[in-house]
Amino acid sequence: MGRKATDERIILDSSIQYQQQRQSEKNGFDELSRGDLKYLREGHFPEDDFEPIPWLMYYATIFSYFVLYVFGTLRDVTRRLGLEKVRSQIEEHRKGYPALYKSFDAFYTRNIYRPIRDCWNLPLLSVPGATITLRDRTSDNYNWTFRYLPTKTTYVNLGSYNYLGFAENEGDCADQVEKCLESNGYSLCSSRHELGTHAEHREVESILASFLGVDEAIVIGMGFATNSTNIPTLVGPGCLIISDELNHASLCLGCKLSGAVTRKFKHNDMRHLEKVLERAVCYGQPKTQEPWKKILIIVEGIYSMEGTIIDLPRVIALKKKYKAYLYLDEAHSIGALGPNGRGVVDYYGADPNDVDLLMGTFTKSFGAAGGYIAGKRSLVNYIRATSFSFAYAASMAPPVARQIIASCRQIMSTSEGEQRLKTLARNTRYFRKRLKQMGFIIYGNDDSPVVPLMLYLPSKIAAFVRDLMDEKIATVGVGYPATPLTESRVRFCLSAAHTREMLDMTLECIDKVGDRLHLKQSVRNRNTSEEILY
Amino acid sequence: MESLMEYGEYIYSVPSKFAFELSLVAFAVWMWKKNLAESNSTRKMTDQEKAQILANFTPEPLCDDIPEDHYALNPRIVSGRIGKRITVNGKDCLNMATNNFLGLSDRPDSNEKATKALRNYGVGSCGPRGFYGTADVHLELESRLAKFMGVEEACLYSYGFSAISSAIPSYSKNHDVIFADEQVNFAIQQGITGSRSTVYYFKHNDPNDLERLLRAQDERDRKDPKKAKNVRRFLIIEGIYMNTGTLVNLREIVKLRAKYKCRLFLDETISFGVLGATGKGVREHFGVPNSEIDLIASTLEHSISSYGGFLCGSSFLMEHQRLCGLAYCFSASLPPLQAVVTLTHLDVVSEDPEIMEKLRENCKKMQNMLMEGLTHLRTDSHPLSPVKVLVLSEAEDRVVAEEKLNAIVTFAENHGVALTVFRRLPKEELLEHPPSIKLTVSSLLTESDMKSVVEVLNEACSQL
Ligand SMILES: Cc1ncc(COP(=O)(O)O)c(C=O)c1O
Repeated sequence: MGRKATDERIILDSSIQYQQQRQSEKNGFDELSRGDLKYLREGHFPEDDFEPIPWLMYYATIFSYFVLYVFGTLRDVTRRLGLEKVRSQIEEHRKGYPALYKSFDAFYTRNIYRPIRDCWNLPLLSVPGATITLRDRTSDNYNWTFRYLPTKTTYVNLGSYNYLGFAENEGDCADQVEKCLESNGYSLCSSRHELGTHAEHREVESILASFLGVDEAIVIGMGFATNSTNIPTLVGPGCLIISDELNHASLCLGCKLSGAVTRKFKHNDMRHLEKVLERAVCYGQPKTQEPWKKILIIVEGIYSMEGTIIDLPRVIALKKKYKAYLYLDEAHSIGALGPNGRGVVDYYGADPNDVDLLMGTFTKSFGAAGGYIAGKRSLVNYIRATSFSFAYAASMAPPVARQIIASCRQIMSTSEGEQRLKTLARNTRYFRKRLKQMGFIIYGNDDSPVVPLMLYLPSKIAAFVRDLMDEKIATVGVGYPATPLTESRVRFCLSAAHTREMLDMTLECIDKVGDRLHLKQSVRNRNTSEEILY
Repeated sequence: MESLMEYGEYIYSVPSKFAFELSLVAFAVWMWKKNLAESNSTRKMTDQEKAQILANFTPEPLCDDIPEDHYALNPRIVSGRIGKRITVNGKDCLNMATNNFLGLSDRPDSNEKATKALRNYGVGSCGPRGFYGTADVHLELESRLAKFMGVEEACLYSYGFSAISSAIPSYSKNHDVIFADEQVNFAIQQGITGSRSTVYYFKHNDPNDLERLLRAQDERDRKDPKKAKNVRRFLIIEGIYMNTGTLVNLREIVKLRAKYKCRLFLDETISFGVLGATGKGVREHFGVPNSEIDLIASTLEHSISSYGGFLCGSSFLMEHQRLCGLAYCFSASLPPLQAVVTLTHLDVVSEDPEIMEKLRENCKKMQNMLMEGLTHLRTDSHPLSPVKVLVLSEAEDRVVAEEKLNAIVTFAENHGVALTVFRRLPKEELLEHPPSIKLTVSSLLTESDMKSVVEVLNEACSQL
């Protein structure tokens, strides 16, 4: 450990910032929270960027939904009249029962999602690395059903969460996993509390704790369940959860299952967070006005749909000021951010012990599966004893644990790991800058490897994804319900495995498609002649 | 003035839009009033007062202290492969504790296939199903599972616990009603909590009690028929109950389902791959037609000895799951190599249904031996259940009972039999369960193995 910074500038900046923040803690919080909230970030960390939707675009989007609605209704009428074949499934044997689904959802699926269903769920035939091989398919009935063809095509992969490029089928990690499979088998068929604690779990937990710089860590077989089965053990009735409005479904589910009251604050808006906190502390629980038993703030490191990075120093300061606890989900940021790849905590140079619970998943940067929770010994021990997953669900399979150990070791102590971190950071900046220069509206932070490009119109999702598919580039289009109705977007996930040639080729294609689909909507000033260095 | 007239014209031309805008205004006024009322009740504070309150605010610690000797902090460590034998804390034991009922967890051919998959797909799929996380083996496995279960479609989850707990809230919403057996496993309980539906628990395996609750629901619905038209009713049961090892009274329950128009969700966590000539579970065991059951959930972590879980049923339900199942849509897919292992094991089971027959034989034999041979322990589990829940035959104080059971498990381990105390989280469970030992039966056991287990258990008890 103690590796030299991959990007000295970042380290330097972050430590200055952190010093400033520490100083301001000593001086009293008012300076930090009430004074000019902007000063911490100035000139150092790139700001989250949310260029507002151009008004013409806004109305065009609304109009586009109107058109979709009219056509959808028309088609429903033709279906009812028997002019068009009804292909939706109908529920058999349940006549006279209350309908199982709401009609709006069914309408949306039938008339809006269905026609462009070919943009998702393509079957994968290879490792989801820098390139990806997908089975070709076709539909004879406008995407109601698919027919799989014997042929396959290879694409440049900008869709998978393979940030550090550990999705590999050869090399050191795969070799270790193979050995582990040989000696430890593929499943344990028991829970951690019963007889499912394997020697591999011990190893992965200790290595993870040292990677994250905390006392202890635990691993759980699924990232989603790490949130949904552990948040309820921490808070309950009489407690308050303050959650970012854009938090992931698993966090929301955890909040819901806990029985605590959940309040939301505007995405990454620290002023609003402070308001909510102040209100919570001063006015206590509704009706009784008793103080809350505990207040838990839940945020994510990188937001996977917006590409934003949480303003962690400010969150930590607020959490301390208002005596709240902090749960940080680093699903997308662990490995992908920071000079040592230790996530958003590392990115800002913060002390990991300032965050009560560090959570993250292995499905992204580590190319494995599952999730972890790390923190102080007493807390992790508490979760060990009370986690629903530890008591009731199967423990992580040994080969998966081995993949985590191998990739974690590589990040921590080899030059290859260092190289991966550097390449990812460079790819990210280059790709984002180039897109912005072309005039696209790109959300999020310049250091975030999640790059959402705004399309706005729902129909452009399919157009964009299909056009890029034709150019042999695989991307992910996202629309309602994963985003607000008017903010359909396409998302690129960068990886350390991408080469500059791949990125240049991709950028060229996006440029072309962007012109064709009128996507270059940014009204910002930009220097189009500046050459962006890789 | 002109603009006003224009607005009038516009209202006239799109009345529905006007109605919408009017309702928006009304809503805004209502919210404003409500806010006003709220801020009146919570009077304004000065900064000083606020600082005072903040200074006095002492939240509870985030977590309680766990005693150092808690079992979760001192787990027994398994090493190497598990199968008929298991290495616990470095000691080789007969495996009577893990859920690989069919003994599939230690097969060289599965290992070979898994390695091959590793060399093609890597380990993780690096994405949810929708975003390039669907491997061809996932699709193959789903259609294979559907065929195995004899239903239209199956839907694969990357975690057994999440399958049923994600399925329930995706169908049952907050104004719906759920009827569930009081002994349902914890994953179902979580699913029910997540759905926010009204829930009524009926006495374990008691159709009469269920009917009583259903009648009461009819009564309520009669009072408000308009609302009742949209209230869906769900009935949730398990095939073999994980908590008790008892077999569901399926025929009776199915009758009530039809009579009271409920939809039936069945969790086959234990019974999948165990009951029925071809392993389809309780449905096959009782000869109940598919149309009676809306959704079947099971894990692949038990008899199939792989990883993940699945839901299956009609395409009408599964399609919804693929768009609205939270843990399906918002989580990375199962590592392809684990899907390959599952496929291999499904083939093994289909080609050689004998091993299920062998398992059922063993379950019955074990049950007989336990019923006849045990001196200080007893079980209420069904003869066909591969999970035997053993409780102390004399009622004891909880703490004492737990100590005794721990001592039995330790004794057995020293004598070469790996057992486990049934671990639950009493604070979170719906019912209080008496402390027990969970003994699992696998198809690999021979008669003398089982005999020795009973002997060891008796010896352990006599030492207490
Ligand atoms: C913030 C966040 N938390 C949790 C998860 C779930 O992780 P997993 O895919 O490992 O279940 C995700 C995945 O998309 C995520 O983005």
